[in-house]
Amino acid sequence: MINAGDMNGSGNLMDFLDEPFPDVGTYEDFHTIDWLREKSRDTDRHRKITSKSKESIWEFIKSLLDAWSGWVVMLLIGLLAGTLAGVIDLAVDWMTDLKEGVCLSAFWYSHEQCCWTSNETTFDDRDKCPQWQKWSELLVSQSEGASAYILNYFLYIMWALCFAFLAVSLVRVFAPYACGSGIPEIKTILSGFIIRGYLGKWTLLIKTVTLVLVVSSGLSLGKEGPLVHVACCCGNFFSSLFSKYSKNEGKRREVLSAAAAAGVSVAFGAPIGGVLFSLEEVSYYFPLKTLWRSFFAALVAAFTLRSINPFGNSRLVLFYVEYHTPWYMAELFPFILLGVFGGLWGTLFIRCNIAWCRRRKTTRLGKYPVLEVIVITAITAIIAYPNPYTRRSTSELISELFNDCGALESSQLCDYINDPNMTRPVDDIPDRPAGPGVYTAMWQLALALVFKIVITIFTFGMKIPSGLFIPSMAVGAMAGRMVGIGVEQLAYHHHDWIIFRNWCRPGADCVTPGLYAMVGAAACLGGVTRMTVSLVVIMFELTGGLEYIVPLMAAAVTSKWVADAFGKEGIYEAHIHLNGYPFLDVKDEFTHRTLATDVMRPRRGEAPLSVLTQDSMTVEDVETLIKETDYNGFPVVVSKDSERLIGFAQRRELILAIKNARQRQDGVVSNSIVYFTEEPPELPPNSPHPLKLRRILNLSPFTVTDHTPMETVVDIFRKLGLRQCLVTRSGRLLGIITKKDVLRHMAQMANQDPESIMFN
Amino acid sequence: MAARGGAWAGLCSLLALAALAGLGAEAKNSEDVRCKCICPPYKDHSGHIYNKNVSQKDCDCLHVVEPMPVPGPDVEAYCLRCECKYEERSSVTIKVTIIIYLSILGLLLLYMVYLTLVEPILKRRLFGHSQLIQSDEDIGDHQPFANAHDVLARSRSRANVLNKVEYAQQRWKLQVQEQRKSVFDRHVVLS
Repeated sequence: MINAGDMNGSGNLMDFLDEPFPDVGTYEDFHTIDWLREKSRDTDRHRKITSKSKESIWEFIKSLLDAWSGWVVMLLIGLLAGTLAGVIDLAVDWMTDLKEGVCLSAFWYSHEQCCWTSNETTFDDRDKCPQWQKWSELLVSQSEGASAYILNYFLYIMWALCFAFLAVSLVRVFAPYACGSGIPEIKTILSGFIIRGYLGKWTLLIKTVTLVLVVSSGLSLGKEGPLVHVACCCGNFFSSLFSKYSKNEGKRREVLSAAAAAGVSVAFGAPIGGVLFSLEEVSYYFPLKTLWRSFFAALVAAFTLRSINPFGNSRLVLFYVEYHTPWYMAELFPFILLGVFGGLWGTLFIRCNIAWCRRRKTTRLGKYPVLEVIVITAITAIIAYPNPYTRRSTSELISELFNDCGALESSQLCDYINDPNMTRPVDDIPDRPAGPGVYTAMWQLALALVFKIVITIFTFGMKIPSGLFIPSMAVGAMAGRMVGIGVEQLAYHHHDWIIFRNWCRPGADCVTPGLYAMVGAAACLGGVTRMTVSLVVIMFELTGGLEYIVPLMAAAVTSKWVADAFGKEGIYEAHIHLNGYPFLDVKDEFTHRTLATDVMRPRRGEAPLSVLTQDSMTVEDVETLIKETDYNGFPVVVSKDSERLIGFAQRRELILAIKNARQRQDGVVSNSIVYFTEEPPELPPNSPHPLKLRRILNLSPFTVTDHTPMETVVDIFRKLGLRQCLVTRSGRLLGIITKKDVLRHMAQMANQDPESIMFN
Repeated sequence: MAARGGAWAGLCSLLALAALAGLGAEAKNSEDVRCKCICPPYKDHSGHIYNKNVSQKDCDCLHVVEPMPVPGPDVEAYCLRCECKYEERSSVTIKVTIIIYLSILGLLLLYMVYLTLVEPILKRRLFGHSQLIQSDEDIGDHQPFANAHDVLARSRSRANVLNKVEYAQQRWKLQVQEQRKSVFDRHVVLS
């Protein structure tokens, strides 16, 4: 087999700017890698290094450096991912507040930072300080009244439109691959697909810069999915510095799995949850070595983010809560109801979003991406401003909904009627009747819930970086908080009912609406993405307590069951199917009784298989065959009569080898015989010099017999990562099954459109 | 250009990293540390917020709330309701981050304006009417990098530094144009 690792890089900077010479062993864009070949190349490299390390001290040191390079890459990924996440958090904080006003003493401070040092904040008006002025105060020196409101409203919309327009223009001009969430494409890349440029440096830069812009513009999207993409771009960047990873696509994907874990870790401040998310959702092959390295990368990233300290209190996430009030068995019933809501909402969202994205793909709507972004931003800004719960950023909304109401909260949601003689300490406030502020908050939250449900369907999938963790959690948190307040008031006013009598006496603090918000958020997120373990671990790492595992698990399990009853796919798998990526899901089960003959090509009535013979074709014949067909590879047989299989040759390598031979070797002309055996065949005298192509031949292609059940074939494809598999009967070659054929067959069996699989 | 852009991005991220790491190790600005105590209304005293620059172990009601609004025997009841939190931030980090971000954004915007508006005008003036005869593929192609094909073909001959950089830039533009076609026009990837 070819050892492509022999190409040494020249140290000249100018050569760096040259176009890379496509040597034998690299893959074309939008093709699948050969996992087995990458694995064997890595084993060869490792064996060579180990054998050389015994020769001298320098070689020994080089072997040590090679072994340690994996950890160095993880360290660098963690540092860069943490830094970028910190920069994004700080910039989003500032730019979100820029829509409403500006800090006069130092323009780079957000609202909260501006009022940090001021002494003029009062208990009732904790947000006001003279250094921070709204735009209406600055421009027309009025802070109350109708004209001030209208001016603020107008400027809010203008800023939002400006940010969104900048973001979509930057994406369009510099890095079109920076749009969307990134997780469906990363899942496909990690399963072996090649999308050149998807994890490039320009995509990294543009995704980071535009992510800040779109989150600040108030659109209903989050930054967690794009942070996974950003972290994988960092992983790709650092792995290109080491030849162990840059030359081997299989090893590179191990690094990318770990980088994805680091991305989720900094998004949620949950290192363990990040590793589990990478294991469950994103990665395809996850060996144990990768588990340990992912954990290391996630920890380094979380530690870097904490040292940047974007939220000013050594917390990694804006909505970290820390209360420890107990929950009661009877509350499992509303938690399960929230789980059902989450499952139903997940199904609704997936169906509507896929329908809208399909419309964007196929009709004229897709021809106006910039206009679409501007219109959606305008609608979002116009509807979001009047409602105080949608005016602020979604992370702040979730943070407020998760928080428990102590005596010190001054928000409307905590406007309970206090007993003036109450002498209890701060965190043991008993249940109180709701004041008017709470009722106002409830209907505002209901309106906000409906708005968010509708607008997120149209926002996810636009040509800007967009994630959907935060909007799903917001929907769930709003629903959960409303249910929690309902249960709390029910318990207060009817504490003599049977269900409340045992655990909720008057004067006791029994119901925590903030916990219901958390459970609702977990349920909705689980309903949309169908995450299981990783979701629960992320949520309890967010809350810092193990007390709430049982409610979170109950809600997550219920929402997954309810959602699975309507459709098996989560949002990411649905987008993979929409785009037709060749992704063979490990979660799908193939339970049909078809055989390999039913799927293999050529079918009855089709043209026979295009094969190469061992030593009876000329260069011209091979070139004609390559030009006339567009297959990715050709089986090599002994001769056209006895179709006994010798091996398999890739199209790309044939083209390159013939091109090289014509340029470099003397005597190779169009009439030269091409042979794949060790010794050249018997040739008549005066015939041109034959061309030996044995080195590009794969002598061990995978074969199955024609009666192999498709269940086994699908299993082989999945477990070994094959691209094609040859079908033989009593030693004679019958046909070929490619990954595309397998996917089309599975789609056909599931009554989906088999023509939707587009890539090879 | 991809290499230069990548180097630029790497340089900026390293700058940010160095700035943040270095500044994090400096002595903290005295304004960046505070203990914040929020005290709710008590009897006839209204709620109040107290800030003071004390160390973390001194961050409690007795050290921070000055002057104490309630007389001696009530101090304990008053302080029991107050909630004190120790907070610190790094104002230098915030300043450096925002300024670096805005400068990167500004540079990108300038480059975008240059690529979409200025460069086609310059090229049209420099090369006159011969450029107007475009191939069939470019007719109606108002994308920013429509000239990439032609420049690429011409500049293959010479080999000095400036041309290599321009050649790399044109190759990058071709790649971005391909990406744009897949994503925006044919909707093949990233629906």
